[in-house]
Amino acid sequence: MTAMLKLDVDGRAVEVPQGATVMDAATRLGIFVPHFCYHKKLSIAANCRMCLVQVEKAPKPMPACATPAAEGMKVWTQSEQAKQAQNSVMEFLLINHPLDCPICDQGGECQLQDLAVGYGKGQSRYAEEKRVVLHKSVGPLVSMEEMSRCIHCTRCVRFGQEIAGVMELGMMGRGEHSEIVTFVGRSVDSELSGNMIDICPVGALTSKPFRYSARTWELSRRKSVSPHDGLGANLVVQVKHNRVMRVLPLENEQVNECWISDKDRFSYEGLNSEERLTKPMLREGSGWREVEWQEALEHVAKRLGAIRSRHGAEQIGALASPHATLEEMALLAKLARGLGSENVDFRLRQADFSIDAKRAGAPWLGMKIAELGALDRVLVAGSFLRKDHPLIANRLRQAAKRGQQVSLIHVAGDDPLIALANKAVCAPAALPDLLAQVLRAAAEARGKPVPALAAGANAGAAAKAIAASLASGTNTGLFLGNAVQQHPRAARLHALAQALADILGARFGYLGEAANSVGGYLARCTPAERGLNARAMLESPRRAYLLLGVEPELDCGNPRAATNAMRAAEFVVAMSAFRSRAIDYAHVLLPTAPYTETSGTFVSTEGRMQSFNGVVRPLEDARPGWKVLRVLGNLLELAGFDYDTSEQVRDEACAPDAVATRLDNRVTGVESGLEAEPAPQSSAAMQRIADVPIYFADPIVRRAASLQQTRDARTPMASMHPALAARIGVAAGAKVRVRQEGGEAVLELACDEGLPADCVRIAAGHPATAALGAMYGEITSVERA
Amino acid sequence: MLSGESLKKIDTEVAKYPADQKQSAVMAALALAQEEKGHLSTEVMDFVAGYLGMAPVAVYEVASFYTMYDLAPVGGHKLCVCTNLPCALSGAVEAAEHLKKKLGIDWNETTPDGRFTLKQGECFGACGDAPVVLVNNKKMASFMTPEAIDKMLAELQK
Ligand code: SF4
Ligand code: FES
Ligand code: FES
Repeated sequence: MTAMLKLDVDGRAVEVPQGATVMDAATRLGIFVPHFCYHKKLSIAANCRMCLVQVEKAPKPMPACATPAAEGMKVWTQSEQAKQAQNSVMEFLLINHPLDCPICDQGGECQLQDLAVGYGKGQSRYAEEKRVVLHKSVGPLVSMEEMSRCIHCTRCVRFGQEIAGVMELGMMGRGEHSEIVTFVGRSVDSELSGNMIDICPVGALTSKPFRYSARTWELSRRKSVSPHDGLGANLVVQVKHNRVMRVLPLENEQVNECWISDKDRFSYEGLNSEERLTKPMLREGSGWREVEWQEALEHVAKRLGAIRSRHGAEQIGALASPHATLEEMALLAKLARGLGSENVDFRLRQADFSIDAKRAGAPWLGMKIAELGALDRVLVAGSFLRKDHPLIANRLRQAAKRGQQVSLIHVAGDDPLIALANKAVCAPAALPDLLAQVLRAAAEARGKPVPALAAGANAGAAAKAIAASLASGTNTGLFLGNAVQQHPRAARLHALAQALADILGARFGYLGEAANSVGGYLARCTPAERGLNARAMLESPRRAYLLLGVEPELDCGNPRAATNAMRAAEFVVAMSAFRSRAIDYAHVLLPTAPYTETSGTFVSTEGRMQSFNGVVRPLEDARPGWKVLRVLGNLLELAGFDYDTSEQVRDEACAPDAVATRLDNRVTGVESGLEAEPAPQSSAAMQRIADVPIYFADPIVRRAASLQQTRDARTPMASMHPALAARIGVAAGAKVRVRQEGGEAVLELACDEGLPADCVRIAAGHPATAALGAMYGEITSVERA
Repeated sequence: MLSGESLKKIDTEVAKYPADQKQSAVMAALALAQEEKGHLSTEVMDFVAGYLGMAPVAVYEVASFYTMYDLAPVGGHKLCVCTNLPCALSGAVEAAEHLKKKLGIDWNETTPDGRFTLKQGECFGACGDAPVVLVNNKKMASFMTPEAIDKMLAELQK
């Protein structure tokens, strides 16, 4: 226990822990001290001086944000002296600040404007010229058009250094000549950059996509939940005229704190994109005809019935996006089962399903997100952490600064911007061996018998260092990232991680890939014993497919197999918010509502069940997916499709209080069938490493225009270690033809020293690579194009 | 980017600080880089950033803060006049005017023959000697009356 200090603010007694500031003490009492540079999540800069307060025995006013609280201290935040100081600071701040509130995008939600009302004068005494700061261009998301408004609080700079982990903005020059800049005209590329807009207390940094499209007081604010990564960030969706205009974070310390990723923030542009599907459509010959819902659904029911009676129900496959709601997935699964087919799945990018039958429950993070920071040792395996889980990466980044030792085992050298204790990079095929090495070294370090799984492993220096770090902890967490979930030997990786967790007494779990990666399990949108999983459904093609929010050529682990299966099918129903390639192969297009236009539920990777309401009405004829499926169930005369609300669907699938009982990462009997890891064979073949770039990951974000202009959304390249490029004889920047499983793509070659030998990194989720095969499969050839 | 000799000197500076605080050597490193290259180009700052494990923009902050660093090429002699208040009250305004007239250039300009560049500086901590001019970042010239300036220019012109 740290000692508590007693002090007095505005005549009221308060206790704060040692090390707290006067600002903390005032906040604890609910007393507002005006401030600009102070931000609870950032370091103290004390450069704006707005928070000056009177302190007993201090000869001059003191900045509350930077003055440590002391025992017996007496503070006045609104005394004559304090007020005079605050008013003077405000006058200084306004000297160079333009008086352009009426045309400023921040107007109405500006801290400077608000405080100027309380602390400023009605009239300025400053008659001289104001200073002009030129605008800067830093990319498609953050606007720095009106930098004369900047008050140099450096919140944006500190945000980059401390939260985003990369200092992209800095303050150039000195005194009167100070300016916020990037390094000589570079862009701001952080995946968290939009938060700078929120914390900028004035209208200097504004949102490029939102600028000048609405006034803040015209917007209705509605709560929602992010449909993207597994975090389940809480959102405020701002709406005008039934259109989503902007998305901001809804503060939730347990989940997203006060931040959201740029994907959560700017993806709404996709909702308003031209590519929205707004009418049910039926294929007629080679063309399409817009029809009424009734006709479309009757057609679907008739055709599905016919295929079932002619070829058997097992010829029907149902695939849901892991970004679909729990209710949609539950009803899709129920519908398929009602038809007699057990072929339902949502794990579109997964390759290895061999532990399905042995799972004790739904795989999840294994702990609360908010507990991540308290771990003292962490191992993350197979994760493009920064891009796959921007805010979980931030939790670890902050914890690492406090002494948490984070080790990373991965298939690429991408910098997570975390002060890592250890890092080991290996080819995808060598990942099980590397984990087995760590397992063996950890068993030896803890003096425990080496599990059979790791018997053949020969721990190298990197594995030993990781094991030593992990074994020295008392509160350890092991987390398996997207690359493990998509790995062709995911079952073995799971078994190894589970064994490692047992030896260390660690918690272990998955960094869930998508908003409903847990919810899909709870909705039972996975095949039981005799059903086909997502991969099998595509590799042994079905005659009919029901697609729920899925773009198979972009969302599946093997886009080539997926496309072939779709093209060969007799009947494909695409339920989607967007027009997509389905135009080429589907027979019915049903416009379903995205998360802003339907009620629904996402279960985040920490097992947090978050239900939300639609924030706008569905666009034109689009309808909530759960209602579409309900009607379809009725038309097919299936039992149990009489729901009035989405809550009924949810509670039938999994009542909120039952979630905890259904989460379990343990897999029993997983070792049987898995021998000791064979030593990795050196083969001449090239392996593919496929990340899913942050802005290609799901159908909404793919259509978010501004995000698509960022560096992270560049067309995928074929990246490889320079040694491999030299062997192929092609220089970086040249075009290469990549062949895989009979498909090919022409991509620019890039060299990356951080990649393991004999691997080619080619991103998934993009049309440019959709003709290729499995994400972590073998590459047939790479040659000059 | 930088010569082995400069790098060796930078390494000596780096060695003065704890291993995880290499960035403490940034000022010395920039000074050495400028000595070799004449001025600090974007590429040089980028290199120093990489060498010290810093964000390039953090190096830029330092390089743009101090008047001793030049982000663009300067003439053979860089004359930096203190124009802060104490100096300004004791003749710096005249000194500056005189220099501008004599050289035929304004602040931040270089004479056409490339020999002189004129800059403004902030207090050099030598207010008692006002007006003061810092010559080539190293040599402080005190009591710069117009006559003293003429003498200094004549000397430098040699
Ligand atoms: S741009 Fe905004 S956040 Fe950054 S220093 Fe200026 S006022 Fe502060
Ligand atoms: S808030 Fe305290 S000095 Fe800025
Ligand atoms: S003001 Fe010129 S040296 Fe101090």
